[in-house]
Amino acid sequence: MITKQMLTRFTTLAATLAILIWGTTVLAAPKTIILATTTSTQDSGLLDVLVPLFEKESGFVVKTISVGSGQAMKMGEKGEADVLLVHSPDAEKKFMTAGFGTTRRLVMHNDFIVVGPASDPAKVKGVSATDALKCIAQAGTIFISRGDNSGTHAKEKGLWKGVGISPEGQKWYQETGLGMGHSLNVAAEKKAYILADRATYLALKKNMALEILVEGDGKLLNIYHVLEINTKKWPKVNAAGGKAFADFMVAKKTQDIISRFGVDKFGEPLFFPDAGKKPESLGL
Amino acid sequence: MELILDGIGRTIALIFTLDREVLTVTLLSFKISGCATLASLIIGIPTGVFLALSDFPGRRLIVSVVNTGMGLPPVVVGLFVTISLWRNGPLGLLEMLYTPSAMILAQSVIAAPIVTGITIAAIQNLPSNLKLQVRAMGATKLQTIWILVRESRLPLLAAVMAGFGGVISEVGASIMVGGNIKGQTRVLTTATVMETGKGNFETAIALSLILLLLAFGVNYLLTVIQQRERPR
Repeated sequence: MITKQMLTRFTTLAATLAILIWGTTVLAAPKTIILATTTSTQDSGLLDVLVPLFEKESGFVVKTISVGSGQAMKMGEKGEADVLLVHSPDAEKKFMTAGFGTTRRLVMHNDFIVVGPASDPAKVKGVSATDALKCIAQAGTIFISRGDNSGTHAKEKGLWKGVGISPEGQKWYQETGLGMGHSLNVAAEKKAYILADRATYLALKKNMALEILVEGDGKLLNIYHVLEINTKKWPKVNAAGGKAFADFMVAKKTQDIISRFGVDKFGEPLFFPDAGKKPESLGL
Repeated sequence: MELILDGIGRTIALIFTLDREVLTVTLLSFKISGCATLASLIIGIPTGVFLALSDFPGRRLIVSVVNTGMGLPPVVVGLFVTISLWRNGPLGLLEMLYTPSAMILAQSVIAAPIVTGITIAAIQNLPSNLKLQVRAMGATKLQTIWILVRESRLPLLAAVMAGFGGVISEVGASIMVGGNIKGQTRVLTTATVMETGKGNFETAIALSLILLLLAFGVNYLLTVIQQRERPR
C-alpha cells in the first residue's frame, strides 16, 4: 500500500529533481548562443567549418537556426536570437534604425547569378541583369522565386521593381517559399530561370542541369553582415555570446578561412572576405 | 535510377563504416521518439481507460476531440509549441526551445491522442460482461482496471507502434522546435530535408533508408511480441 511516508519521500525527490533540472538549464543558458542566419551559409557548408571552430575557441555552444534573412531578422526583433548573419542590406538598415540591433558589421560578399536551362529559351545569356528579367517576362518562360522574404527574395523583388514589372500573379512566375537549395532543385526540374547566390549554386551544381547565364553585373552583389541584438529591448538576449560570435566573424583568422573556403572543392572561393572595409568600396 | 542505386550503396557504406555523424543522428532520432512514445503512453493509456470506462456529460465530445487529435498535423503542433517556448513566450522560463526536450514535448503532443484513441477503442472492444464478471469475483476498482488493461494488451501494442511510427517519421514539428542543430537536435527526418537542400541526394536517400530500417526494426520487435500472444 502507498503510505503517507512514501508519498512525502516521493514528493521531496520529485521537487529536488525539478530544481536540479531547472538549475542546470539556467546555469547552462549563458553558454549557448542562438545564431539566426540564411540558408545559403548553411547549404554552402560554410557554417559547418566556422561554427565548430568558434565553439572550440570561445566555449560557447552555437544553435544555428538557418532560415531566410527575413525570418532571421524577425527572430532578432523578437529577441529570439542573439546574433544574425544575414544578407538583406535594405532590411538590415531598417532593422538598425528601429533600434533592434547594436552593431552591424560587414563580413563578406559574393554575388547573385541568374541561372537557367542551357537551351536558354528567353535568350538572356550575357545580357545585363535588368535586361534578363525583361526578356524572361516578355518570353513568359517560368521564373522561380524564393517567395520567402529571404535576402535573395528581397534582391529579386528589388530588381523587378527596377525594371517596372510586377511579376506576382503572372502565370510564368512561381513562388516556392523554400530555401535556396530546394528552390534551385525546383527550377532545375521545371527548366526554369531563377536568381541564386553563387555559393549555393556551386555547391549544388553537380546534380543539376542549370547554367549560369547572367553574372558580373554590379547590381548582383550579395553582401553579408553580422548584427548584434539590442539587449535594451530584450534582456534575455545573450549579448556577450552575440558579441563573441560577431567579433569572431570579422577576425583576421576567420576572414582567411572564408577566403579559402570552397577553393579545394570548386576551384574558386565561394565568399570574399570584407571585414573592416568601407561599404563604399563595394559600391554601396 | 542510377541515383537510387548510388543511394543504396551509400546507405550500406554509412552503416558498415559506422559513420559517426549518421550514428549520432540515428541514436538521437531513436532516443527522442522513444521518450516521446513513452510519455504519450503514460498520458494516453490512463486517459483512454478513464474515457472508455466512465460516463459523464460531455464524454462524447471529449472522445471526438481525441479522435480528431489522432490526425493532428505535426506542423500545427510545431508552431504552437515553438511560440509557447520562445524566450519571451509563456514557457520561455524553461529555456527549452531548440533542445531535444522541446522535440520530445512536441512529439508527445502528437502521439498522445493516437495512444489515447486506440486505448479507448481497445478497452471498449472487450466483451461487455468481462467487467461485470471481474467485479462479481470481488475485484476492487483498481484490480478491475488492471485486468481490463491486461486483456487489451495486444491492441495496446498496436497503439505503441502507431505512436512511435507517427513521431519518428514526423518532420514538421521537429524542424521547428528543434532547429536541426548538428549534434543536438538533428534527427533522421530533418537531416534528410537538409541534405536534399544541399543537393546531397545520395546521403538523403541513405538517411531515409536508415529511417525505414529503424522504424521496421522497432515494429518487427513489437509485432513478434504481439503475435506470440495471439489467441489461437
